[in-house]
Amino acid sequence: MERPRLRRLAPYLLLLPGLGWLLLFYVYPAVQMFVVSLWTGNITEGYQMTWNWGIYQQGVSTYWPFIVRSAEYGGLATILAFALGYPLAYTIAFKGGAYKNVLLFLVIAPFFTSFLLRTLSWKIILADNGLVLGPLKSAGLLSEDFRLLATPAAVVAGITYNFLPFMTLPLYVALEKVDVRLLEAARDLYAGPWRPGGTIVGAAVGAVIVALVSLILEVNPLVPAVIGGVLGAVVGTFLISEAFVRVTLPLSLPGVFAGSLLTFIPAVGDFINAELLGNPQSQMIGNVIQARFLKITDYPMASALSFILMAAIIVGVLVYARVLGTEELTGGST
Amino acid sequence: MATAARAAVAHRPSSFARLGGSIEHWILPIYTLGVTAYLILPVAVMILFSFNDPTGRSNLVFKKFSIDAWLDPLGRIGLAGAVENSLIVAFGATIIATALGTLIALSLVRYDFRGRAATNLLIFLPMSTPEVVLGASLLTLFISTTKLPFIPEGLLYPLSIRTIFIAHVMFNISYVVVTVKARLQGFPRHLEEAAMDLGATEWVTFWKVTFPLILPGVVAAGLLAFSLSIDDYVITALTSGQTETFPLYIYGAQQRGIPVQVNVIGTIIFMTAVLLVGLTTLWQRRQASKDFAQARTA
Repeated sequence: MERPRLRRLAPYLLLLPGLGWLLLFYVYPAVQMFVVSLWTGNITEGYQMTWNWGIYQQGVSTYWPFIVRSAEYGGLATILAFALGYPLAYTIAFKGGAYKNVLLFLVIAPFFTSFLLRTLSWKIILADNGLVLGPLKSAGLLSEDFRLLATPAAVVAGITYNFLPFMTLPLYVALEKVDVRLLEAARDLYAGPWRPGGTIVGAAVGAVIVALVSLILEVNPLVPAVIGGVLGAVVGTFLISEAFVRVTLPLSLPGVFAGSLLTFIPAVGDFINAELLGNPQSQMIGNVIQARFLKITDYPMASALSFILMAAIIVGVLVYARVLGTEELTGGST
Repeated sequence: MATAARAAVAHRPSSFARLGGSIEHWILPIYTLGVTAYLILPVAVMILFSFNDPTGRSNLVFKKFSIDAWLDPLGRIGLAGAVENSLIVAFGATIIATALGTLIALSLVRYDFRGRAATNLLIFLPMSTPEVVLGASLLTLFISTTKLPFIPEGLLYPLSIRTIFIAHVMFNISYVVVTVKARLQGFPRHLEEAAMDLGATEWVTFWKVTFPLILPGVVAAGLLAFSLSIDDYVITALTSGQTETFPLYIYGAQQRGIPVQVNVIGTIIFMTAVLLVGLTTLWQRRQASKDFAQARTA
């Protein structure tokens, strides 16, 4: 082969082994999963291809509560991770100073610990007489039969915890890139505190987040929402400046986009938190898929549910990408 | 007039402004302390409970300080085998995935070719697929396909450490590509051109110029792949059959009660990761200052 020809082929030769692996063990299995979902039969008598399209309708109607619950828990965990992660990323990026690297290390430190062990640690922490509830109970602030473990609250808290670094790091990367001179320019141009906007937005955001949390945890949302609203108003009044609203926030949107996807996708498919910290009424779609594959060996239904989850997420991501409009995610920028 | 009024206000701040000032000053540091404590708490609990001497089977309540488990970290039936399997899979999958992913990253950054958008999409998709779906689809492949071209029979079925390895390479490739690509952006292409101008062949240029420059990115990608691989439970559970890895051991033990040794090994993995990341950071910093010094003398 002559050199120019080789040169034209070079990129494809470099791609071949890796992409071959992905085609064979990512794309092909996804197709195969779709095929298996249309089978009928069972593990002892074998399976036949029967083009059983009805399984999709059956799957959705039978497991609808699990699908809704997964979306709720995943969405709530994403919102909470955002609410927790944004101020954290902001502080590290703008006020970190000498502690910047230490703080970043603390954010990623959980990654160095086994996912299962971290979740099991929460089991210890949230136990009925554990680190958190024990002292509150002996002080008489909580009744003896109050529990966090084996509740939806524990599941959402666990998911939020486990994926918080996925939210915080992209936010940090985006905020770190914000040019401080732009903020100085904004202040020179009389950008001051953002009032009464900050108060109103702070109150509204605080109230809505807390109300959502209480609704999903099946607590009466009224009192918590008022408390959340007041707290949000205080924070909004003093911390949200005009420069933040007009400069920092818009510039950090790519981080918001990447962070929310990186949190929501694993959160919605997670089943470890629901299994270790939840109860039978807080199981998610991942629990169903895993049990159908490994315990009940109902391969067609498990494949159908898994395919639905994959398709829903890919469609959701593409729509979300179109709305928030960023090409960075798929590497379009290179 | 207006300036004087403003100066007067600035001179004697109202109690409202003072309250605002102290909130502004204190709230973010206090908040950051709280959230980082929340992030670290479970890690601290894991380490603390590795020094526990529990009375029963479950290691859920701290009874007594003890270093027994540290003196015999593998002293449980099946634990040594599980850790060994985890290490074999993690090392193997890291080497293969890092090699394949680095080649893809090189191709994507250095060449303009037809199909790169499709390639980018194919790299992105596995990262945006939930783990349970990745594992499930591989499982359906393994149980339903007996023969594939190029693939020796018995590799995909029955499930074994080989199928775990296949799965781990698959989910690691994308992360390697993204990490190496980030490092290749802003790559000083003129250095390669200079080497070729001075008569180096492409092969020599790659090993003498390109590779040393991308090495930090490749090492970072390898560390990431290793930590993802050694910690994976979900995909491994669906592709392992009878083979047990460390996370599968934890999961299996969690119903009967986790032995203290699991916390010991978890702590060792944590410490090793911290140490490795610390060392690479130092090394990269030294590398960077060396580059800088060379650039200055040049």
